[in-house]
Amino acid sequence: MNFLRIAAVSKSFGANHVVKEFNLDIDKGEFISFLGPSGCGKTTVLRMVAGFETPSAGRIVLNGEDITALPSRQRNIGMVFQAYALFPNMNVFDNVAFGLKVAGQPKAEIAARVSEMLKLIHLEHLADRYPYQMSGGQQQRVALARALAPRPQVLLLDEPLSALDAKIRVSLREEIRHIQRQLGITTIFVTHDQEEALSISDRIVVMNGGRADQIGVPADIYNRPATRFVASFVGTLNMIEATVLDQSGTVKIGETVVSLPEPIVHRQQGETVSLALRPEAGSLTGDLRGDTALPGKVLSTHFLGSVIRTKLDVAGHQVSFDTFNGPETRLPAAGEPATLRFAARDLLVLQD
Amino acid sequence: MKKPFPFASALIALVSAAYFLIPLYATFQFSLQMVRGEWSLAAYRAVFASDTFIATITYSVVASLVAIMIGAAIVVPTIYWVRLKLPRLRPVIEFLSLLPLIIPPVVLVFGYIRLFGSSSYLPLTMSDQGTNFLLVMGYVVLALPYMFRSVDNGMAVIDIATLTEAAESLGASRLRTVATVIFPNVRSAIVSGAFLTFSISLGEFVLASLLNRPAFGPYLVQMGQDRAYEPAALAVMTFGLTWACMALMQYFANRKPGSRFVPRLPLSSAKGISP
Ligand SMILES: Nc1ncnc2c1ncn2[C@@H]1O[C@H](COP(=O)(O)OP(=O)(O)OP(=O)(O)O)[C@@H](O)[C@H]1O
Ligand SMILES: [Mg+2]
Repeated sequence: MNFLRIAAVSKSFGANHVVKEFNLDIDKGEFISFLGPSGCGKTTVLRMVAGFETPSAGRIVLNGEDITALPSRQRNIGMVFQAYALFPNMNVFDNVAFGLKVAGQPKAEIAARVSEMLKLIHLEHLADRYPYQMSGGQQQRVALARALAPRPQVLLLDEPLSALDAKIRVSLREEIRHIQRQLGITTIFVTHDQEEALSISDRIVVMNGGRADQIGVPADIYNRPATRFVASFVGTLNMIEATVLDQSGTVKIGETVVSLPEPIVHRQQGETVSLALRPEAGSLTGDLRGDTALPGKVLSTHFLGSVIRTKLDVAGHQVSFDTFNGPETRLPAAGEPATLRFAARDLLVLQD
Repeated sequence: MKKPFPFASALIALVSAAYFLIPLYATFQFSLQMVRGEWSLAAYRAVFASDTFIATITYSVVASLVAIMIGAAIVVPTIYWVRLKLPRLRPVIEFLSLLPLIIPPVVLVFGYIRLFGSSSYLPLTMSDQGTNFLLVMGYVVLALPYMFRSVDNGMAVIDIATLTEAAESLGASRLRTVATVIFPNVRSAIVSGAFLTFSISLGEFVLASLLNRPAFGPYLVQMGQDRAYEPAALAVMTFGLTWACMALMQYFANRKPGSRFVPRLPLSSAKGISP
C-alpha cells in the first residue's frame, strides 16, 4: 500500500486552474522531487499536502487516513520553507524545541531530542544563537532540524536551497539527502533546478501547467523524456522536427531519410513528429560516429573549457552540440558548413 | 579620499536647530528666575508642591496607559488578521487608521457628546466612569494612526504568513502562534507605538477640557493663564518627558530580538544541552 497518495487533486484560485488532476503515489521512505518552471503549481501541490490550501477536488491520503480536510497542525508534517522562516524571537534551541513543546513533551525529553537533532545537522555549538546571528545555510539547517524534531510522517521542502549561494547549495542538498536516508523519512522536495532534482531524488515528478508531465526515476526522466516539455526542461535537448514517411519509423529530416529505432504510433503519415537529440550524442568532427549524417551550417562556437559548444542550423532548426576539447580538436568556425553525425537509435521520439 | 566639510548643510542644520533650541533655552532660563535676583529651582518646587499637579498628572498617566492597552488589543489582532487573511483590505484599514489625523479632535468630541449625551440611548457622559471611558477611547482614536503605523511596520519586517504556517505545521494552534510567535516579534513595535500614544495623550487638551476631565492638559493651560514661572517649568518638564519617550521608542525599535534588558548569563542560557 502507498504511504502518501495524492489522488486526482485539483486546485483553482477563482478562474485560475493552477493544479489539474494531479496524481501521485509515494512509498514510505521515498525521496520525491517536484521539478518544473515557475508558476507550474509545485508549491500549490506541496501546500495542499501540508494543509495550507484545500484542494478544489481530489483526495490526499496519508498512511491510510484521508487528510484532505484535516487542519495542518493535526497532520504531523514537517515543512521547510525557502526563506527559512525561523522564529526570530527564539534561539536555535527554542526553535528546534518548538514542535516538541507544543506537543507537551517533558522538558528532559525535549532537551535530549533537540541535542540529537542539532548533532544531526552539526550545529550543537550554536544552540544559543538567534537566527539573525547565523548564515543562510546554518539557518536552513536549523529549519530542517526544527521540522524533523517532532518525528513527522512526511517532510516537505519548498525550494529550500534557492536562497543560498551555489557552493552551499550543493553541499546542503547532499546533507539533506544523507539525513533523509538516515531517518528513512518520506520526503517531497520542490525545486526548479533540474540538476538538483536529478542528483538527489528517488523519483522526479516533472510538472508543467499544473499537471504531472512525467513521473520517473532520474535516469528515465533524463534519457527517455515522455514529452517535448520534459525534454526541453530537463537537460539541454536539441529538438528537431521531422515528417513521418511511414509509421514503421521512417521519417524525413530536411532532405535526409532516417529510420527510427521504434515505430511511430501517435502520428499519421505526412504529419510532423518531434525528435530530440542530446548534445553529447552528436559529433561534428567527422569521426564516423553513428549511421546518420545531416548537413548544416555553423552559427557560433563557444569555448567552455573542457568542452566546446557549437550551435548550428540543421534543416532549419537551431541545435547545439558539445565536443570534448583536446589538443587535436579542430572545429568548423562560424559560417562554415558542417556535417552532424549521430546514431539514429539515439533519436528520442517525443509524445508531446 | 576625504570629503570636504559640508559647510552649507551644517549651516542649515545649525539654523534649524537654533529655531527649536533658542526658545527652549529661553523658557528654561525663565523657569529658573522665580526668585528675583538668583537662579533657582523654586518654580519646579512650586509645581511639585501642588496637589492639583499630582492629581492631574496621575489621572493622565493612568488614562494614557489604559488607552495604550486598549489600542494594542484592538490594533495587533486586526493587523495580524488583515495581513494574513484579507491583504486586499489593508489599504482600507490603513486609510481608516489615518482618519484621526484628518478629523480634528473637536469634531470627535462633539460627536461623542451628541452620541453619548444625556438624551441618547447610551448616556455615558452622565457618569464620571462613562466620561472617563469616553476620554480613554478618544485617546485610543487619536493614537490610532501612530499605533497602527508602528505595529504595521513591525509586522512588515517579519513574514507573518510564513511564520504562522511554520508554527502551524509544528502543531501550534492559532492562539499559541499569536502568543508565542507573532506577539513577541512585534512587542518592540507595540512598545514604540505605546510611547507615541503616551506622549500624545499625556498633555492632550481638547478632549479632556470639553469632557471636563481633571487631566494634565487642561491643568497646563490653566496654569499658563494664572501663573508666570510655573508654566515655564511645566513646559520644560513635559518637553523632557516627550524626549525621554522618543529615546525609549528608538531604543525599542532598534532592539534585536532575544536581547534582554539585562544580558543573560551564558551559563543560564545553556538550557541543559549536554555536549
Ligand atoms: N493564493 C493564491 N491566490 C491566487 N493565485 C495563486 C495563489 N497561490 C498561487 N497562485 C497561482 O498559482 C500558480 C502556481 O503557483 P505556485 O506557487 O504553485 O507555483 P510554483 O510552481 O511553486 O512556482 P515557483 O517556482 O515560482 O515557486 C501561479 O500562477 C500563482 O499565481
Ligand atoms: Mg513555489
